[in-house]
Amino acid sequence: MATQGPIHDQNEVLDPMLDPRTGEYLVIAPGHTFKSVTQKIAGIVLTPNTPWAWFGGLFLAATVATGVVIGITWLVLKGVGIWGVTIPGAWGFAIINFVWWIGIGHAGTLISAILLLFKQTWRNSINRFAEAMTIFAVCCAGIYPLLHVGRPWLAYWLMPYPNTMNVWPQFRSPLAWDVFAVSTYATISVVFWYIGMIPDFGTLRDRAKLPLAKYIYGILSLGWRGSTRHWIRYESASLLLAGLSTPLVLSVHTTISFDFAVAAMAGWHTTIFPPYFVAGAVYSGFAMVLTLAIPIRKFYHLEDLVTERHLDNMAKVMLATGSIVAYGYGMEVFMSWYSASHWEFFMMWNRMFGPMGWGYWMLILTNIAIPLSTLWFRKLRVNVLYLFILSFIVNIGMWFERFVIVVTTLYRDYLPSSWGTYRATKWDYMLFIGTWGMFTCLFLLFARLAPMIPMSEIKMMLPGTKIHPGGSNAEEVTQEAL
Amino acid sequence: MPPREGVYGLLAEFNTPSELVHATEHAHRAGYRRMECYTPYPVEEAAEALRFHKTRIPLMCLMGGIMGLTTGFLLEMWINVWGYPLNIRGTPLFSWAAFVIPEYELTILFAGLSTAFGMIAQNGLPQLYHPLFNAPNFANGALNDKFFLCLEANDPRFSVTETRTFLEQFSPVSVVEVDH
Repeated sequence: MATQGPIHDQNEVLDPMLDPRTGEYLVIAPGHTFKSVTQKIAGIVLTPNTPWAWFGGLFLAATVATGVVIGITWLVLKGVGIWGVTIPGAWGFAIINFVWWIGIGHAGTLISAILLLFKQTWRNSINRFAEAMTIFAVCCAGIYPLLHVGRPWLAYWLMPYPNTMNVWPQFRSPLAWDVFAVSTYATISVVFWYIGMIPDFGTLRDRAKLPLAKYIYGILSLGWRGSTRHWIRYESASLLLAGLSTPLVLSVHTTISFDFAVAAMAGWHTTIFPPYFVAGAVYSGFAMVLTLAIPIRKFYHLEDLVTERHLDNMAKVMLATGSIVAYGYGMEVFMSWYSASHWEFFMMWNRMFGPMGWGYWMLILTNIAIPLSTLWFRKLRVNVLYLFILSFIVNIGMWFERFVIVVTTLYRDYLPSSWGTYRATKWDYMLFIGTWGMFTCLFLLFARLAPMIPMSEIKMMLPGTKIHPGGSNAEEVTQEAL
Repeated sequence: MPPREGVYGLLAEFNTPSELVHATEHAHRAGYRRMECYTPYPVEEAAEALRFHKTRIPLMCLMGGIMGLTTGFLLEMWINVWGYPLNIRGTPLFSWAAFVIPEYELTILFAGLSTAFGMIAQNGLPQLYHPLFNAPNFANGALNDKFFLCLEANDPRFSVTETRTFLEQFSPVSVVEVDH
């Protein structure tokens, strides 16, 4: 338990953020009370003075996001032919970016669900915006398969529903599994996110000065009043949702890897795909959480709630998942040799030294070499600037992973007569860059309008929560905490 | 329904969760049953003092899950075996292994939605009006940094004067009479 007083008096620790007993960084800076937590987090939302930088950021992001609008409009008018997808490279950017975005989302669910089940309370500070990141990443991901079906206005045909054509989905296909996996994932993520925000919306309702804000937050809070019986049911529901999200998040990327692994293509048809896809998803997701958390804690001065401890722990998760991914790459190379299959062997040779071999080496450099050689050092794990840069490097690496998997297998398959190449068009790039803008836009709106850090969950970690039998008064509690 | 009138209850405000749990425990021992604690975060000790243990949320979750599993299984069975049988690379029509994933996802979807909506329904939410919102200190503190115990007027032991005296022995910050 953290202490409230000046710790460097008892122990010669100069940095107040270090726990004198463990030498670790504290999860919450000393000196915070229930009130200060509320003021700090609710203040970001309820302030009448929106920072100019926020407007600037939103404008910039919205400008970039027009790429999505223009890209989709032109695609609907012209058809998917404007993309670089063609035979033999029929999947291209559409699937690469879909897998990339949805992978990014996975860290949010991991933080909100798996770390909750493992009682990793440090995750409380970062879980809300990690969940928001999940939802916005799934929004970006969802665009691709819907457009890639060719006639996006008929995308509802993917769902099983009675229709006059008497046509139904075919459930032995991984693409039909994807529909269920991704739509369930999106729904449950939104529900979990919203349930988590109900009490905090209540706090915002109580503190809002503007009648409109009071009204909207009042409706969003559903009239939450902090009743103990409500809280117990709420906690029970949160735990169950976490228990449901955990197998869900593992199943989503597993299902996505089945899109590849079920196909009889060299380089795809392997059993290692599910675990290494899931690990890769978490890896890129944590990188994205760092990309978002580092500027946010700086901009909104949240360094005492999102501390170096969080950055250190996230970097450790990246180290672990990155190592799993490295093992996956190694095993792919081994299997292509050990399988004694001519096609597997050629695929790997082509992947490394073929015309697009540079992609593979980029992947090894950005995803394995740079992060896994440096994240072992604690000094670098708590170096904010380094982590910020590294988070971009890892996400570039994870994009290249999907590029390598999708493209190198497809453009040179079994029959040399059907070999071709893959080249993305400007429309591919426009939509992809546009989704970054869309993601940033949504995230900025979220940061401005909703509580980014769960107040009630942070309060549970404060020293004042300790229950003293006999109901001692405030002075005694402070005394004992010291 | 005409609005109810009169006193809803007496609301005692405390600064720390320990005082709240102490007061709640004693109120229960004194025979009060219709009461509720209000805290800015879940305080399990307060629930124990209220003798509130069981929720039906896990049951709802289980029922939802079973419903989802059944829905998924019947849907896929009907479509792929009877409704629209297709010969896909010679695999059997009843390929149960391939059906597992949509079943699994629908199980989670139904279970998750029943848990979430079940929790909201069991809590009686959305309930945008509540008498306690009339108490000035409640709106500023209940979801911020204060801890409240409300002894409700429909308890047989409740009497405005005696209950107030009872509550005051736990030295609360204030005891407020809340109207409907």
